[in-house]
Amino acid sequence: MSTVAASAPPAPQAFKSDYKPIWCPGCGDYSVLTAVARAFAILELRPENVAVVSGIGCSSRIPAYTTCYGFHGVHGRALAAGTGLKIARPDLTVLVAGGDGDGYSIGGNHFLHACRRNVDLTYIVMDNHVYGMTKGQPSPTTEPDWNSKLSPGGTGLRTFHPLVIALAAGANFIARAFSGDPNGTAGMIAEAIRTPGFSFVEILSPCVTFRPEQREWKQQVRPAPVASTDDPGRAARRIITDDGFNIGVLYKGNRKPYQPSMGTATKRLTDLEAGFAI
Amino acid sequence: MSAGKAPTTTGGKGRPGRTPRARNRKEPVAKSSVSDEADFLARAWTMEVEAAERYSMLADAMHEHNNREVAELFRKLARIEQLHAEQLLEQNLTMHPPVLPPGGIRWGAGEGPETADPGELHYRMQPYHALQIALACEKRAQSFFAGYARDATRAAVRKAAREMAAEEGEHVRLIEEWLKRTPPPDKDWEHDPDPPAPSD
Repeated sequence: MSTVAASAPPAPQAFKSDYKPIWCPGCGDYSVLTAVARAFAILELRPENVAVVSGIGCSSRIPAYTTCYGFHGVHGRALAAGTGLKIARPDLTVLVAGGDGDGYSIGGNHFLHACRRNVDLTYIVMDNHVYGMTKGQPSPTTEPDWNSKLSPGGTGLRTFHPLVIALAAGANFIARAFSGDPNGTAGMIAEAIRTPGFSFVEILSPCVTFRPEQREWKQQVRPAPVASTDDPGRAARRIITDDGFNIGVLYKGNRKPYQPSMGTATKRLTDLEAGFAI
Repeated sequence: MSAGKAPTTTGGKGRPGRTPRARNRKEPVAKSSVSDEADFLARAWTMEVEAAERYSMLADAMHEHNNREVAELFRKLARIEQLHAEQLLEQNLTMHPPVLPPGGIRWGAGEGPETADPGELHYRMQPYHALQIALACEKRAQSFFAGYARDATRAAVRKAAREMAAEEGEHVRLIEEWLKRTPPPDKDWEHDPDPPAPSD
């Protein structure tokens, strides 16, 4: 391997801001931040050409911890904001980030339609099967028999299967990563960004505070035993029978991204604001 | 489970058990295909720098959660690793860090051998736990360089790898000594009288 490059692109550290994460010690999101920074460095991006957009939740703090442009939006609406941004500024690399509650419950509707629209952006979901920030309520991916003080005996509800939904709704790239392997996760995020269209990466990211048993995920995850496919039927059969611990790119399609022509603005922002004045 | 193991959690909600999971971590495979001394230096230097950056991150995490004692220990470990990185450059008569490929060195599996896993942290961990994490890192580094020394085809790389393995072996010994001087954790070290989980 040659370590000599013509010029030095930003190192991963260049994508990390001076703000110190306040995630719980042991949280998987630390490694996801490392992976995101490394993915940007692998792609030789520059912070000023990247926007990280999020909703609400522990994982949605991530934009502040990067040196990229950031938008910490409202609960569940990260994809709406990210889609608008990418349509208006197709030159930017847009990474939308959040958690399972933000993305699959409050933002579930946006998730469906972001997959369907297939705008060229990447969505990473740090899935810990719980609402951590609000102290441990079950989320859409929580197991039905997870017994806790806030859900005695478990919810009894079928879990949401984000990869199946993403495939059915039209996402062009579907992968699962594990925060315990930040380099593998970085490679997957980089591939997701490189792939045109809507790319979805579910990242298993343990919540050590409210789901301490998730520390065992490290022993449970495994590389998917099959290579990526561009056949949605084959991918569907694989994903529907998947136990949630297969790591890898599970589907990579060829759909053309949605990018409408924006034309030129006919009104100034101040004119639009004036229209809303009371 | 005996006190003094790295603070990890097993089983049911809210009661962390302790298993030294650092031992289960896959080690990056030493590549005998290293082309020359420059490549070797790049890997060795990256290993130390990544270890230093990670210890700094762990120190910040513990500081944010008001575990100042462990934060300071991680900070000290970060300084030591940074010093190693600088020594490596000095030994190789250069002031310039190696030029790395975009995204840095790709290790065979997972992260660099000397990089601690942030998943090992617990907000109530004690210095003994932190040193155990450091010990596992140094042992992985020693084993990594020993593998290089065994497999490298170029004599200069073999020699450098042997030296690094010996140096990491010395670090293992120092941390073991450090551990002997460090009080083992209290039996109920993870007990939090005001736990973050909701209570009745």
